[in-house]
Amino acid sequence: MLAPLSWLLEYVELPDAPARDIAERLTAAGLQVERVERIGEGIEGVVVAKVIAFEELEGFKKPIRWVTLADGTGERQVICGATNFAAGDVVAYARPPAQLPGGFRIDAREAYGRVSDGMICSGRELGLSDDHTGILVLDPALQLGSDVVEALALREDVLDISINPDRGYALSMRGIARELATAYGVAFRDPGAVAPPPPGRGYPVTIEDPEGCDRYVAVSLEELNPSVASPGWMQRRLALAGMRPISLMVDVTNYVMLEVGQPLHAFDLEKVNGPIAVRRARGGEKLRTLDGTNRELDPRDLVIADDSGAIALAGVMGGEHTEITDATRHVLLEAAHFEPTSIAYTSRRHRLGSEASRRFERGVDDALPRVAAELVVSILVDLGAAQRTHRSTDIDNRSLTPTIELDPAHPGRIAGIDYPYETISSRLTDVGCSVRERSGAFDVTPPSWRPDLRIPEDLVEEVIRLEGYSNLPSTLPRATSGAGLTREQRLRRVLGRTLAGAGYTEVLCSPFVDAASAERLQLEPGDGRVPSVRIANPVSDAEPFLRATLLPGLFSALVRNVGRGLSDVALFEVGPVFRSPSRVPAPVLVAGKRPLDAELLALDAALPDQPGRVAVVIAGMREQSGWWGGGRAVSWADAVEAARTLARAVGAEIVVSADHHAPFHPGRCAALAVGGELLGHAGELHPRAIEAFGLPPRTSAMEISLDVLIGAAAGVTAAPTVSSYPAATVDIAVTVDTAVPAAALEAALRAGAGPLLEAIRLFDVYVGEQVGSGRKSMAYALRLRAADRTLTVDEVTAVRDAAVAEAATRVGAELRS
Amino acid sequence: MSGPNDSYDPKEVAALSDDALSGAVDAGAAAFAAAADLDALAEAHTAHLGARSPIALARRELGALPPQARADAGRRVNEALAALTAAYDERHVALERDRDERVLIEETVDVTLPWDRAPAGGRHPLTLIQERVADVFIAMGWEVAEGPEVEAAWFNFDALNIPPAHPARETQDTLWLDPPEAGVLLRTQTSPVQIRALLERGAPCYIAVPGRVYRQEALDATHSAVFHQLEGLAVDEGLTMGDLRGTLDALARAMFGPEARTRLRPDHYPFTEPSADVDLECWVCHGTSTEPGAEPCRTCRSEGWVEWGGSGMVHPVVLASAGIDPQRYTGFAFGMGLERTLMSRHDMSDIRDLVEGDVRVTAAMGREA
Ligand SMILES: [Zn+2]
Repeated sequence: MLAPLSWLLEYVELPDAPARDIAERLTAAGLQVERVERIGEGIEGVVVAKVIAFEELEGFKKPIRWVTLADGTGERQVICGATNFAAGDVVAYARPPAQLPGGFRIDAREAYGRVSDGMICSGRELGLSDDHTGILVLDPALQLGSDVVEALALREDVLDISINPDRGYALSMRGIARELATAYGVAFRDPGAVAPPPPGRGYPVTIEDPEGCDRYVAVSLEELNPSVASPGWMQRRLALAGMRPISLMVDVTNYVMLEVGQPLHAFDLEKVNGPIAVRRARGGEKLRTLDGTNRELDPRDLVIADDSGAIALAGVMGGEHTEITDATRHVLLEAAHFEPTSIAYTSRRHRLGSEASRRFERGVDDALPRVAAELVVSILVDLGAAQRTHRSTDIDNRSLTPTIELDPAHPGRIAGIDYPYETISSRLTDVGCSVRERSGAFDVTPPSWRPDLRIPEDLVEEVIRLEGYSNLPSTLPRATSGAGLTREQRLRRVLGRTLAGAGYTEVLCSPFVDAASAERLQLEPGDGRVPSVRIANPVSDAEPFLRATLLPGLFSALVRNVGRGLSDVALFEVGPVFRSPSRVPAPVLVAGKRPLDAELLALDAALPDQPGRVAVVIAGMREQSGWWGGGRAVSWADAVEAARTLARAVGAEIVVSADHHAPFHPGRCAALAVGGELLGHAGELHPRAIEAFGLPPRTSAMEISLDVLIGAAAGVTAAPTVSSYPAATVDIAVTVDTAVPAAALEAALRAGAGPLLEAIRLFDVYVGEQVGSGRKSMAYALRLRAADRTLTVDEVTAVRDAAVAEAATRVGAELRS
Repeated sequence: MSGPNDSYDPKEVAALSDDALSGAVDAGAAAFAAAADLDALAEAHTAHLGARSPIALARRELGALPPQARADAGRRVNEALAALTAAYDERHVALERDRDERVLIEETVDVTLPWDRAPAGGRHPLTLIQERVADVFIAMGWEVAEGPEVEAAWFNFDALNIPPAHPARETQDTLWLDPPEAGVLLRTQTSPVQIRALLERGAPCYIAVPGRVYRQEALDATHSAVFHQLEGLAVDEGLTMGDLRGTLDALARAMFGPEARTRLRPDHYPFTEPSADVDLECWVCHGTSTEPGAEPCRTCRSEGWVEWGGSGMVHPVVLASAGIDPQRYTGFAFGMGLERTLMSRHDMSDIRDLVEGDVRVTAAMGREA
């Protein structure tokens, strides 16, 4: 909302206050001043001059005039590209050295073969309007040579205020000025305080939908004088407020709307057929609106209709057929009050916002229609465009404004300050409420322009904001003692830190994916990771699904990093995936009432599964080569190790087994389990997946369930007994079939070795002639220790033999000689 | 070793003979002199002065001698021991000097050589800031609550007093799951967790909710369809707007340093009444850029304040939706964008750097600060 300060000051007796101070006070009261536009600033050396004569220069692509001006000091000659003036017109002349807004310096310069001694300015060049189609033609009564800024009173501060949706009244000079008067504690003159003559038997109107429209004032204005134009001061104010001057009737209705906030509409009376009806649109009804669009009306749209059908979208936009034109002699002026929600729906349904709908949506003062109509008539009469005699209809079905009971202690209880009774009562009066004090309570009736004031808390806000949020104390509540982070929250932090410490970089990927990501991942239909939770109105039509696995997002991030020249990349993400959309809709429940437990369950049942996952993707070199020696490329083992590292960090034990699982390499894919439950998979990616996502060769990945891992995390463990007796070490080298997994062999050795085994470590794997084909040699180092004695050589040998024997039984191991 | 025997002449005990003792001294001295470095000297020490060395064995024989013989033998053994120890000490000093003056110098390396063998990882700055704010509230005795990102419209809108006709529900603002009639959406704010937390915990309730939210936005320098918010909710008996202000001040100081100042400005939100916007005093110019003729400030666009979030006293309808008695309890709530907080804190101008997953961003910002 653009509010020229001089217009506001017409209603507020404000001593000289700088615009910045005004902006700060309005902002503090809740009308946020985004900026103050300083019109007419930066103009220097522009004077009033008269066109004496001009010559049309030939031979150029556009008309160019060589103009002789009188500026009070003598004659000047300038080049001008505009043609909207004649000899004798008075214009704004930038006389060198002059300055225009934006720091443009005007000097004499050569153009079109002549030396132009300055220029004639357009409205836009002076920052007055957007009009650059021609130069500004001024009032001929102005004194030649006088400074344009002063002669036209150009200097003006315009406040650009962002108005909150609950403050419809502030979409008018009246509403802003009232706040300004309150902010400075000075008197306010209400432009809406006019006494309109009583309505008579005016144009016939019926309201068929009193819920959509509770007030309709129609004024017939006949025999208008078409020769009267809107005065310059009005055009200027409209322009400063951001509206384009159009014609007398449109300008006056816009002016009154800006002044008091009541949207108005003028129909060409001669084009209205029969009585006006306010009703909902009929099925299939059509209307061509003022913007030239043919609209199919919806039965929920409120319309103004005559015998021919809809002639306007109520409160949003008029119809083209009844539009007023230069030829219009008789006007039917509408000033009505419409229900905000209905207007909001219609405006959105037709993607059609207007100055009128913006105000009706936010709530307009329902006492205004007759006042605003009277203001329009007065201006027209004053301008000699209309006669005093006119007929008006007023259909008034307004309901009574309910009284709100306010506990006088309530505002103070909320603010944390004690407000005296008088403060509360005077602040509410400032807002326009009528306040009646009775034993121990206030009966507060909000003014007609504040339909947003409905409950005591609304009144509390008015008191606190006008007393100043800046005067609130700064206190800290004494929270009940908390239990800190939950176990899950702590473990999630551990997981993130662990992966970062292991060289992985966290990324937060977009959760939106396309359906084809499932094919690129080589997923079978029915796999839970096939995207299935679909967005009705996705940000991008190419990615309408929510991710069901973290991998595609990580792959994209990897590709992006590689594309930016970072070839060795290890990424991780922790976050939810979305699976199994619900087939049942959420129940429709009301606000302000706790749902029943069954209803809460039904709400949750309408949601898809949203399990948490952890995933890594890794490519390039895992270890760099350097002065220390060679490097090491990423392999499947790094991906498996990422899972092991995570499990170790939270005290869970992972069991690894070979598996076939998309999108992994069938021979290099590990299934990971904890406590007998599948945790996830890790390994090298299948070459087809690598190709489909454009990943570097041998890219490896891991994805596991966050919930399963955290569920398997160790609880509080009992402290171990740390034996101080010496350890005995013994190496075991056995051969097994190459198909025997290391994990199975190790499990057998562990089982055989029994409780004296403290640690076991595979230190060599050998395949070759010496062990025979189809066999591999696996060498383990065992560390043995007893809690209560030093182990003897015989005991150590016995453990070793038992371990080998168990391995022989379970996986056919043979001791290597 | 021999047993106790009163009649022995010490000279008859071989280990205590003059020959044996002088032999041990000569052999030891020769071995110490031959030791090339401290490790070799330590070995020679074990052989010639250790627990099983000839001299140690000789000492042990002394105990078996009759008292009259012990004095003489003891004197000779001690002389031999002193000679050996002196020889050792002399060599030890020499070798230590040699190590300090020569060997260590010869072992000099270039310690500026890089060791970038293993990759450096890091956590996302948005994760870190979420943990940071969580810690601030944990320290105040609050807890951290969470909720689903795909949420029922009742939690995201209705329970928060956002009426059915509110434009925020429109498809140009909210991402709805298919079919939209099912009333399930991607939460547009962390506020639905207010309702879930209150339903679950009842009052009093002090929770902070960092989390991911979604809006219908095209990605550009300052907008992303996916972003993060921090929500705070306190419901208890007797909570005031002053408490809201104090809590925001505490958060601002924790995040932006002890000089940080906040400002509350009246605004409108359906879920709070009264409502207030939270501004943060510009941490670059501290408001000086608003003075006439001052240097313009890029951070606050010379307004002195930077918009940080929204807040207010919890609307009675919201409390009632969660089964809390608005007559007994009051509450305050606030919410702010974490990307904006982060970008402010790190003087970052393009939100895309946070969502594209470029490891260079995390490398630069993914650490505590
Ligand atoms: Zn600043």
